[in-house]
Amino acid sequence: MKFLRQFAARIVGQSIRIFARAVTAVRADWQGIEPTPKQRVYFANHTSNGDMPMIWSVLPPSLRRNVRPVAAADYWLKNKLRAFVGPEVFNCVLVDRRPEVKDKPMDKIIAALDEGSSLIIFPEGNRNMTEDPLLPFKAGLYNMGVARPDVDLVPTWVANLNTIMPKGEVIPLPLICTVTFGAPLHVEDGESKDDFLKRASDALAALAPEVRT
Amino acid sequence: MNETTNDILLLTFGSFGILIALTFIGEVLRAREPANFDNPILDTYMTRVQSWWGMVTFIGIALISGKIGVMILFAFASFAALREFLTLTTKAQADHMSLALAFFVVLPLQYIFVAMEWSGLYSVFIPVYAFLLLPIVSALRGNSERFLIRVAETQWGLMIAVFCVSHVPALMALDIEGYGERSVLLIAFLVMVVQFADLLEYFFGRRIGRTKIAPGLSPKTWEGLICGVGCAVLIGAILSWITPFGMFGAMGMAAAASLVGMFGNLVFAAIKRDRGVKDWSHLIPGQGGFVDQLDSVIFAAPIFYHLTRFFYVS
Repeated sequence: MKFLRQFAARIVGQSIRIFARAVTAVRADWQGIEPTPKQRVYFANHTSNGDMPMIWSVLPPSLRRNVRPVAAADYWLKNKLRAFVGPEVFNCVLVDRRPEVKDKPMDKIIAALDEGSSLIIFPEGNRNMTEDPLLPFKAGLYNMGVARPDVDLVPTWVANLNTIMPKGEVIPLPLICTVTFGAPLHVEDGESKDDFLKRASDALAALAPEVRT
Repeated sequence: MNETTNDILLLTFGSFGILIALTFIGEVLRAREPANFDNPILDTYMTRVQSWWGMVTFIGIALISGKIGVMILFAFASFAALREFLTLTTKAQADHMSLALAFFVVLPLQYIFVAMEWSGLYSVFIPVYAFLLLPIVSALRGNSERFLIRVAETQWGLMIAVFCVSHVPALMALDIEGYGERSVLLIAFLVMVVQFADLLEYFFGRRIGRTKIAPGLSPKTWEGLICGVGCAVLIGAILSWITPFGMFGAMGMAAAASLVGMFGNLVFAAIKRDRGVKDWSHLIPGQGGFVDQLDSVIFAAPIFYHLTRFFYVS
């Protein structure tokens, strides 16, 4: 039974990847790092529920096997299908964001890092519905950088998904999506939380491709 | 095997012959260089030749398999081109539905009309129906910000990527007396003349080009253009046996198609320059996107179609 579930998870994962490629011709642009196996935290902008599957799809198989997206438990445990796709296909680290639940998300994240996994996180916390390129970052990224200073923090810009699949629309538009990976960051000695988060946010925003319209 | 299939095979293997020669030249050049020496021009040339292998194979198979194969190939090319084009145009969330309609309704319908050979419908479907109906869908969402720019750019994308591209397979619908089912060869004629003329225009432009046609827009030169059109006339004459045009007719059609194609390339250069991109996408290794590869064919196809219709369809 366990074997069957794993097999199904692989099939679903491949289907999601093929669908993403067929619709958006999604492509990785390795600007600041090479696609080599190294422990990393990919921190990305968040405009659509499709962001995480896009990043996941462009990672080469050796990196994808080892990457765990950090995602909201209330979203991924809502129904049986999601509870299968989130934890078993994407191998998500599920965290509960609700303040009344004492879930200790950071403990789970650090535990995942100590197992050797790479992570995908969205430091804005929520989907960005504003005209600004990024919302202010939550502290999580800084805490990870302080707790595990050897891990590379890689800014990852997902372009166009807010037009491909905006909130409230049902049909995804087949436009070209590019995932750009920037140069890795680390928390420097004595750097304050706000300074680091500002630096990380600027590094991420700088990756957005400029298209004049 | 009938005569038409024979001719397609002959053209495909003829193109393979040229590609073998081009690959051979590239490998010889590479072998003459010291090991570990980087030559980006040669690398680009080799990736381009590799992409050409794929293109000739795909078009050859599509033409041999007949109408369905040709429709699927060009519908896919339209989809890829429209995706590249609309990625760079101005749009708002209010256009989401009209853009989805463009991709999932207008594009398939246009190819169904072409496959059904309803020339009265596929000639007006996008310039009239899509032109009027899609802006209505956008307007219903009530966002007027940059409205004219949004609907105009979407319509331009549809005209270029769907309407113009669909005129390549539409050549099969032309009923030319005494030519009959051989009309599929018109596709081979158009694509070969325009693409080879492009290649030779680039080659001669590099070699002897001096006077730029549109400085600041494209490195194209008048010398390269004249040589390119001259070569197209020659290729047209060589390929005249597959057309219903006769020797001089084929030369004239080749000249018209390649000339329009080269200026089409200039128009796309202006659009890319305006949007600040070098290529439309990265789908074809060494070439950029589908629009980069097809730009001259896109411009030439409707003109070639209507000239053929005007002069050779009674």
